[in-house]
Amino acid sequence: MLELKNITKRFGKRIILDNVNLSLEDGKILCVVGQSGAGKTTLLRCVSGLEKPDSGQILVDGKQIDPVSTKNEDSVIGVVFQEFQLFPHLKVLENIMLAPELVLKKSKAEARKQALVLLEKLSLADKADLYPYQLSGGQKQRLAIARALAMKPKILCYDEPTSALDPALRDAVKDLLLGLKSEGMSQIVVTHDMEFAQQIADKILKVEALKK
Amino acid sequence: MNYIFEVLPSLLEGAKLTLEIFFWTLVGALPLGLLVGLGLTSKFTPLRAVLRFYVWLMRGTPLLLQLIFVFYGLPLIANGVLTLQRYDAALFAFILNYTAYFAEIFRGGLQSIDRGQYESAKVLRLSYWQTIRKVVTPQVIKIVLPSIGNEVINLIKDSSLVYVIGLGDLLRAGNIATSRDVTLTPLILVGVIYLILTALCTYILRKLEQHYSYWR
Repeated sequence: MLELKNITKRFGKRIILDNVNLSLEDGKILCVVGQSGAGKTTLLRCVSGLEKPDSGQILVDGKQIDPVSTKNEDSVIGVVFQEFQLFPHLKVLENIMLAPELVLKKSKAEARKQALVLLEKLSLADKADLYPYQLSGGQKQRLAIARALAMKPKILCYDEPTSALDPALRDAVKDLLLGLKSEGMSQIVVTHDMEFAQQIADKILKVEALKK
Repeated sequence: MNYIFEVLPSLLEGAKLTLEIFFWTLVGALPLGLLVGLGLTSKFTPLRAVLRFYVWLMRGTPLLLQLIFVFYGLPLIANGVLTLQRYDAALFAFILNYTAYFAEIFRGGLQSIDRGQYESAKVLRLSYWQTIRKVVTPQVIKIVLPSIGNEVINLIKDSSLVYVIGLGDLLRAGNIATSRDVTLTPLILVGVIYLILTALCTYILRKLEQHYSYWR
């Protein structure tokens, strides 16, 4: 269970998020929709720890969290960026293994085993030894998801998962997200694609640009 | 022909010193340059200001002057406490100078890395140094390699400046032989040796660039 209580975020004098409250039950999908500049991405960045809210609390199962803490504990939030931000100098498999090895201190063999399972699950098994530039857009996205899942997050966040892809791949993304949902993953999806949101969401949060 | 074999040993002896200075300057200045480059991109303003001043000083004065200053100037200022041997003084000045140039190159490379790379490392909970070591540096090296290569080639030739504090490098060995035997042959040989050294460097640098071309 994720709860946001009275989250407020300003950049200088501009208020981006004004007292945002929301809750997300385990295994559900929340879609955050709204126009560009409305603060959807800022909300996601607050949840994932990339921005610090000026006030308010982010609670997971009733406890306040620090998503970017480097300590060895269960990871809470995983993020799939709009541009994926894969590591271009590492092979597909190494992209997934990097954080489990460095952060969770897993052995190479263990990290490798887990990464291969994830690749299989996301139908990338035959791509293990390629570099990110050799993948298609959809494959890059699935790799980004696999990399996030390797840290065993409780909640997976996506920033505009359909925008960098071919429109024809939209249904594939939908199936992927619903597949993860059926395994109990909680997910937050930021999108400006209302139709897509309605197809996958259990809950929709509309963010509107605040008037000055 | 006989003459060539007569002067060659002394020239090669000089080339040995040239190579030593070349090698140890790189060993010192490359990692230091990366560190200073990181400092130049730091959000901590005082650190950035100090490092900028250092880079300005090093790039703004002739290396020749810096050599003289380190060898003759430091002992005067510090009352003989800071006296360095000729060779150590040369290395010190070279590392100080080349670190500044490398730092500026690394700064450019670091700034060209997408902020998203740092952020994706952060949400995977990598620490700052893990991110620098495993994510950023490998990408930066690929980007800066051509510019670093340029400076590396320069360094081979810049090392000839050590004559000013009385060290016997390749060029000095050639000079001595030329004025002793009143012939240009030693200097021609010196030129050929420099060309061989730079050709070797160019070759190694090209191989390195090829090595890093496995990803885009």
